[in-house]
Amino acid sequence: MGKRTGTRTLTFSRGPRITSRYTLVGPWEGKGPYALDFHEILPDDSLGQKTAEKTERLMLEKAISKVLEQHGTSIHDVHFLIAGDLLNQITTSSLAASTHAVPFIGIYGACSTFAEALGLGAVLLEGEFAQQVLIGTASHYQTAERQFRYPIELNVQHLRTNQVTVTGAAAAILSFAERGPRITHATFGTVVDMGLKDPHDMGSAMAPAAFRTIKEHLADTGRTLEDYDLILTGDLGKQGSKMLRLLMEREQIKGLERLQDGGSQIFGPHQPVGAGGSGAACVAVMTLGYVLNRLEAAQVKRVLIVATGALLSALTVLQGESIPCIAHAIALEQ
Amino acid sequence: MQPKEYQQLVQENLPPRPIVKNMLWAFFVGGIICAIGQVVLTIAQSFERTKNEAAAVTLAAMIFLGTILTALGVYDEIAEKAGAGAAVPITGFANTVTSAAMDFRREGLLLGMGAKMFVIAGPVIVYGILAGFIVALIKSLVLGLF
Repeated sequence: MGKRTGTRTLTFSRGPRITSRYTLVGPWEGKGPYALDFHEILPDDSLGQKTAEKTERLMLEKAISKVLEQHGTSIHDVHFLIAGDLLNQITTSSLAASTHAVPFIGIYGACSTFAEALGLGAVLLEGEFAQQVLIGTASHYQTAERQFRYPIELNVQHLRTNQVTVTGAAAAILSFAERGPRITHATFGTVVDMGLKDPHDMGSAMAPAAFRTIKEHLADTGRTLEDYDLILTGDLGKQGSKMLRLLMEREQIKGLERLQDGGSQIFGPHQPVGAGGSGAACVAVMTLGYVLNRLEAAQVKRVLIVATGALLSALTVLQGESIPCIAHAIALEQ
Repeated sequence: MQPKEYQQLVQENLPPRPIVKNMLWAFFVGGIICAIGQVVLTIAQSFERTKNEAAAVTLAAMIFLGTILTALGVYDEIAEKAGAGAAVPITGFANTVTSAAMDFRREGLLLGMGAKMFVIAGPVIVYGILAGFIVALIKSLVLGLF
């Protein structure tokens, strides 16, 4: 079984694809430069719900039902639902999954959740354990602020390294149907902890994780950055992207102009968001919206998604623990 | 790369803080809030008998102002620019209590709002009282004023 390449990379030869997708974002994200790449921009960030947690759940449910509708399938024909979010005990995903009678695999990878779901979904398909896998993730600015930071209306001055959690949700169906980009490789990352402790600068903490996963992926596949038309890192933000470039420059890695970052790009320069966006939905909507639109239009042929996650909790920060970080890489090809 | 080496690299590459800009904003916004307080105090002195009573009225008025601006979703916008200029005056203290109360209202009046509204302001009160006690103790010991 030649499904493992090198030390860490999985190769999918049977050709699992992202066959349907749906992305929705909040009004603030809808004012960003890639607004037209998203399927739906919500008119407000509450959707008439009493709490932001309920809104987050509703967004995920909406993304799931819309992607099923687009795919022309019912939830009963889906073999697994893999979903995750940022909240304690991933309640958004569990509550959303409770409305669908489908085997549910709940995962947590902070902002890397989407790539983790994509990789696991491809594994299930490649292993013939499923014909159709549904993946989804969601995040909401207010729920993340409440859980990881401060009350929403508190008098806080944000730093230039702070990132803003993206309000949005994304869902996709992975299958062997003959459309959409193929998932060719997955490199699940190792946890990297460089001893950084500042929760207001998670980009710098995550950059070494992205660096390691990219290096391992390239070593395993024998590729270089130049073999990809686009490498989209997830949510490093402007600060983290800068650190990743510095790390790569030190090892004289070529092709840095192909690096883009979902967090740095989802908001425009006129939007005061510190270092950019973050959150489980950020790299998910940027991949399923921005990247897949470009793959479909054949503007790019081969893309590497490197989703990073800062695996901290509000508790570990207060207890002075450093921030463990992870990055998963998924290669997509038209 | 070793963690120490990377931490050093991060330190060297952090974006500079706009300290002068922040200080100017804090100075002017903090000054404006204090000026409003002075106006209220002057008016209050015209109808209150003692200065202490007038000060109490002023504090209540400024807390009310901070609370209203928080409820309208304006105070955090001011603080984003003004930093400590908005956080240090008593309007900022009102903001910490109100913002927490608004946030935790969703978890109910008792175990949500009731239990958590001092989640930010609590330490200020605790250590404020402690500091006050220590200063009073020193004053009493040094001056012997029992």
